[in-house]
Amino acid sequence: MPQDALLRLEAVSKCFPGGVVGLDSVDLDIEHGEFLSLLGPSGCGKTTNLRVMAGFETPTTGRVVLAGRDITSLRPFDRPVNTVFQDYALFPHMNVAENVGFGLSLRRVPAAEQKKQVAAALDMVGLGDKIRARVAELSGGQRQRVALARAIVCKPRILLLDEPLSALDAHLREYMQMELKRLQSSLGMTFVMVTHDQTEALSISDRIVVMNKGRIEQIASPAALYDRPATRFVAGFIGTMNLLDARFVGRDGALLRYLSGDLPLELSADANALATDGQMHTIGIRPEDLVANPQAGAATAPAKINSIVFHGRALRMHASTAGGAALVIDAPRQAMQPAFDVGDIVHVSQRPGASCVILAA
Amino acid sequence: MMAPGTAITFLLILFSLALVVFLAFRVNDGSLLGAGFTLGNFSNVIFDPLNWSVMLRSLAIAGCVTAATVITAFPVAYFLAFHAGRRRGLILFLVTLPFWTSYLLRVFAWKIVLAYNGVLNSALVGSGLLSEPTLAFLNTPTAVVVTLAHAYAPFAILPIYVALDTIPRSLIEAAADLGARPWTTFRRVILPNAMPGVMAAALVVFVPTVGDYVTPALVGGPSSTMIGSMIQAQFGKANDWPFGAALSAAVMLVILTVVLIVRTTDARFGSRA
Repeated sequence: MPQDALLRLEAVSKCFPGGVVGLDSVDLDIEHGEFLSLLGPSGCGKTTNLRVMAGFETPTTGRVVLAGRDITSLRPFDRPVNTVFQDYALFPHMNVAENVGFGLSLRRVPAAEQKKQVAAALDMVGLGDKIRARVAELSGGQRQRVALARAIVCKPRILLLDEPLSALDAHLREYMQMELKRLQSSLGMTFVMVTHDQTEALSISDRIVVMNKGRIEQIASPAALYDRPATRFVAGFIGTMNLLDARFVGRDGALLRYLSGDLPLELSADANALATDGQMHTIGIRPEDLVANPQAGAATAPAKINSIVFHGRALRMHASTAGGAALVIDAPRQAMQPAFDVGDIVHVSQRPGASCVILAA
Repeated sequence: MMAPGTAITFLLILFSLALVVFLAFRVNDGSLLGAGFTLGNFSNVIFDPLNWSVMLRSLAIAGCVTAATVITAFPVAYFLAFHAGRRRGLILFLVTLPFWTSYLLRVFAWKIVLAYNGVLNSALVGSGLLSEPTLAFLNTPTAVVVTLAHAYAPFAILPIYVALDTIPRSLIEAAADLGARPWTTFRRVILPNAMPGVMAAALVVFVPTVGDYVTPALVGGPSSTMIGSMIQAQFGKANDWPFGAALSAAVMLVILTVVLIVRTTDARFGSRA
């Protein structure tokens, strides 16, 4: 068992009164200094997971281990982790400096030292000039920064962020994503962020934990998650993915060949990928990895265009094959020569060099 | 839309208030509104030391009642807000249940409890703690405080409960998260945020208690005569309405002063955003 994980969840389950399962046997290793996101739809257990780490929820079964020490039964105030709450949870009866200094004052840090650290933390989040402001005078984005400073100043082993950006408008959110990433790498601190926004998770995380129904579906880097989703759920949750039922028709060196209806698909096989002829699999392929050709070719399948949606750089076509399978195809706009129209028959093929993935149920 | 509210405010509140102030400056000649103008009523109020001692006693008793009510109401409100769970509705209902009976009836109930041969004495004698019943319960200022504190308990419980209940739970979690143990969280986060409710409760209890005259008359005995009894006497037996009006106006001024002092202190605690 490797001892290097900073925080380890071992078979953590959480059942709420009334039989609701919040977490179902979750195993998770969080490494030193990484930015980890817990991603999933609402009710998937990501927030419960975070609350177990913070100590607000006690696991029904399983262990929480921080740097080799079992902290499962430690209360929140005894844990060296801090949380940025979704609603920021700033104390309304204190000013900015008192809010940020709250944790330090409880640790009996000398007043002068407190003052210095509070000022430094506020400088770090760009609010050095708001040190005497009342919480009510701050904008949403500023409150968010105070909440960050208040948690960071305690120098937690892990900073937990519960949907920290969900209350901000789109522009500010994008900016704060970069700010969070900058803070995390300059502090070298471990961040664990809960989010339901896949774009947010993909853009700032080192690793993403995709959760569904209290279980972990996949843990991977953003690129790996996008390129090689492991399950149907992950494929459907991250970006857009065509999910096609396909039959294994043979192996060609490192390539596995599949046929979905009339559409031939191929993917480079993992060393241990075993398949037998005729076996059915769910194959996931991104819309940009499908090509709509005007003419039929050796490896094409006909499909009828049902709709064309403008997507900026690409046009997204929704089409259906003769077998009734629905396809989503992204075609670069300049390549749309001749232009297709709704109702046209196009000949779909896998983009040369593009891969697709086998998805577990 | 403003008209009914304005009319009610003027007719029922400001007009009657103005009438009291007007009356306070009139000479008592036995007629309804008096005759001529004078400052004599107010000089009587100020220069009779009896008024001062009764006024101070009223303030002291009302202060005790307020302290007793708020201190006993806080745990009830705290339990309601944080631990009552599904029984919250039932407990809130039980808290307001005494209002289903008349105020007078509740005062008499306390008379039965505190009397010489009442419930409390019987219990104490029966259990051997006292050899014979004592007169120390009824007809004392303590009896007034107990009775009023009981009568005003719901008025204190409700505002404190609302203040506690509207404290976002994330504030309490944030305090724990930053390292505060439960008592520290209570002292530094819950209590300051509940202060507006506590102050509201204190005012709601204090203001009507200062002028109460029924309870002291029934359970207080001669040593707990309050300013309300004196005012009532002027409008009743003594039949000196202008002097009664001057006393009333003086009491209003005193209460106003107390309220203003409390509000300034409250502002220093800071209110919720």
